[in-house]
Amino acid sequence: MAMVSDAPKGNFRLSMLIYDTRYRSITIQVIVLGLFIAFVAWLLMNLQANLAAKDKDISYNFLFNRAGYDIDQQLIPYTNDSTHGRALFVGLFNTLAVSIAACFAATLIGVTAGVLRLSKNWIVGRLMTVYVEVFRNVPLLLWILLAFSIFAQVMPEPKDFKVTQEMVDQGLEPPVQKIFFDSIAITNRGTNVPAPVLDRPLGSFLVLDVPINLSVLAAIAVILGSFWVNSRIRASAKAIQEDTGFRPVTWWKSLLVLIVPITALLLALGFHWEIPAFAVGENGVSKGFNFVGGISLAHSFTALFLALSIYHGTYIAEAVRAGILAISRGQTEAAYALGMRPNRTMNLIILPQALRVIVPPLISQYLNITKNSTLGMAISYLDLKGTLGGITLNQTGRELECMLLMMLIYLFLSLTISVGMNIFNNSVKLKER
Amino acid sequence: MKKSVFLGTLVATTVLSGAVFAATLDDVKARGELLCGANTGLTGFAAPDANGEYQGFDAALCKAVAAAVLGDPTKVKFVPLTGETRFTALSSGEVDLLVRNSTWTYSRDSDLKFDFVAVNYYDGQGFMVKKELGVASAKELDGATVCIQTGTTTELNLADFFKSNNITYTPVTVVDDTEAANQYIAGACDAYTTDASGLAATRATLADAENHIILPEIISKEPLGPVVRHGDNNWGDIVRWTYYSLLIAEEKGITKANLEEVAASTTDPETRRLLGLEGEMGVMMGLDNNWAKNAIAVSGNYGEIFEANLGTSTPIGLARGLNALWTQGGLQYAPPVR
Ligand SMILES: N[C@@H](CCC(=O)N[C@@H](CS)C(=O)NCC(=O)O)C(=O)O
Repeated sequence: MAMVSDAPKGNFRLSMLIYDTRYRSITIQVIVLGLFIAFVAWLLMNLQANLAAKDKDISYNFLFNRAGYDIDQQLIPYTNDSTHGRALFVGLFNTLAVSIAACFAATLIGVTAGVLRLSKNWIVGRLMTVYVEVFRNVPLLLWILLAFSIFAQVMPEPKDFKVTQEMVDQGLEPPVQKIFFDSIAITNRGTNVPAPVLDRPLGSFLVLDVPINLSVLAAIAVILGSFWVNSRIRASAKAIQEDTGFRPVTWWKSLLVLIVPITALLLALGFHWEIPAFAVGENGVSKGFNFVGGISLAHSFTALFLALSIYHGTYIAEAVRAGILAISRGQTEAAYALGMRPNRTMNLIILPQALRVIVPPLISQYLNITKNSTLGMAISYLDLKGTLGGITLNQTGRELECMLLMMLIYLFLSLTISVGMNIFNNSVKLKER
Repeated sequence: MKKSVFLGTLVATTVLSGAVFAATLDDVKARGELLCGANTGLTGFAAPDANGEYQGFDAALCKAVAAAVLGDPTKVKFVPLTGETRFTALSSGEVDLLVRNSTWTYSRDSDLKFDFVAVNYYDGQGFMVKKELGVASAKELDGATVCIQTGTTTELNLADFFKSNNITYTPVTVVDDTEAANQYIAGACDAYTTDASGLAATRATLADAENHIILPEIISKEPLGPVVRHGDNNWGDIVRWTYYSLLIAEEKGITKANLEEVAASTTDPETRRLLGLEGEMGVMMGLDNNWAKNAIAVSGNYGEIFEANLGTSTPIGLARGLNALWTQGGLQYAPPVR
């Protein structure tokens, strides 16, 4: 304030824009902004001129044309007759699937490893140090390739699970058997797991061409309802405990409420598992090239998922360790003085406070997982980069359009994650009253 | 003043960057080297030999163009490209010419703004499977897992073939031939599908080639040929006529061995025009008059190149078939040099 009134009240001269500190910073900002706009304009003009020179235009019409290629893993219905736009969404959902799964797994691994790394047990602590240092210091891409080639090279071929005529004649078994009660088959192509099937499904309806499964909705509703009722039971038990000092036994009620309704629903819908198996011809000889039935998870998914979660788990572990170390030792001692056991001290006193330190780096790890899922292209995982930025781009030759659209989508994904996690961060951060 | 300088620079840069592609011939001459987009490695077509030098049917065409333009077949740099990267590389000017088993299709010609200047190999898509599968026809592949190179025409043909035969498959997308072969050998896919010539070439490199068969079905037309950017017609002419000069050489019986002898003694007017003994043929395209002679001198005529790299005497063992000269019942036909 004082500075402004002290300033000389002379006429405004142009040179003051540079020599007068009141204006200089504004001048500089205007110049920088001007340069920036000029740079962007130059880029755009360059783009336009080059496109014109090559006789190309910018058009997104290809998104509505037939894609013509097949995708091995799809979460929404897709055939080669679907459009490129649809393929984009198949890819996007594949990106989301692997990213979300990896975020969960990385958090689990990271929190466990971070806590254990501080363990008083020397071996456990060292083991976690080795895990963190080894996985963090080798590029992610190598882990992805390694995981994939282990699956592809070590696992048996599907044909090794087949029963041949000779085996039938001599009463032999195929060289390899399914694992886990004869229900899961891991081949060098993928993991075949049982699929949940309903004999009497509730049907489905289409929203924007995507089928919404009513049976799944019903199951989710029943489960949520059960949890809600359960929380009421516990709340009332707590109220009674507070009133009388005596906590009524609730476990059997909880169990009943949580298990009976969903079981009843599943029974009513005729739920059972469809086990992957080879088609069988007469006298028990297996036919076909692959397991049929069940769900087949391609190794590109599994390998990408494993590599992402284990690699990013190390960073989360470090964030968790830093968060815990940031909580003063006095907190632990105070908890011990009150007679709390180490486990409860960690869960109730330390971790909640540590969250404030942990969440911001956690956000950036989630962002990294999502962005790094594009590395799946090395093992032909058909995510957004694989469909829109890979096959579609190639078959249509619309490089610029595909790249821009893809960048926009990743930007949108990242911003969404950021916003979501920041809301969470605000809810856990220290509230100063 | 400043503003006009700035704008001037802007316009100049833009015009310059726009004009970069206009005269490929001048660029190649100025650089003293031809940039040829090639396979990452497909024995017989284009693959580095023990000395790291590219050899093969497609590579020979690149060398012939280099000889025609620069007078020296060694002045060519091979840029390995996958099915996915090849067209971007060509249209961005990273290579002057693409000879990489590329199929001439309508949309590549029109929408991608390329010119396919000739067809150096008439091909079609096939399937390779292990003999032990006991499959005799591609129609028996219902439910199979199929390895397929991404960014290719074969990717689309595959989908169409299975659809029209009402059978299903699981695609395993791979980026190049080496990866495809690895996956196929490891049993990650039951069948490998690509151009039949490529299959024969891949099969020849397998340690146990006799245990693999190429199924009889040819499910598409794959005219493979050299590609240039749309718009530089003179450059397109140079590549086209370099290729034709090799065909005409075969037609006229001019080989690598007898080239000098023919040049010294021939009285046939077309041969004389081709070899630059008469007229100003090369100059019309901005080249030396002995351009074609230089091109033929590299690895001989079309037939010689075919036999040396793909023919029945090689492990790949492809017959000329459609690629015989028109005089021998094939489709290879060059317009007259006149
Ligand atoms: N002709 C098809 C396929 C071309 C293609 O990718 N061919 C394979 C096998 S014939 C190849 O050249 N592979 C060698 C490599 O990946 O470097 C096209 O133009 O799209």
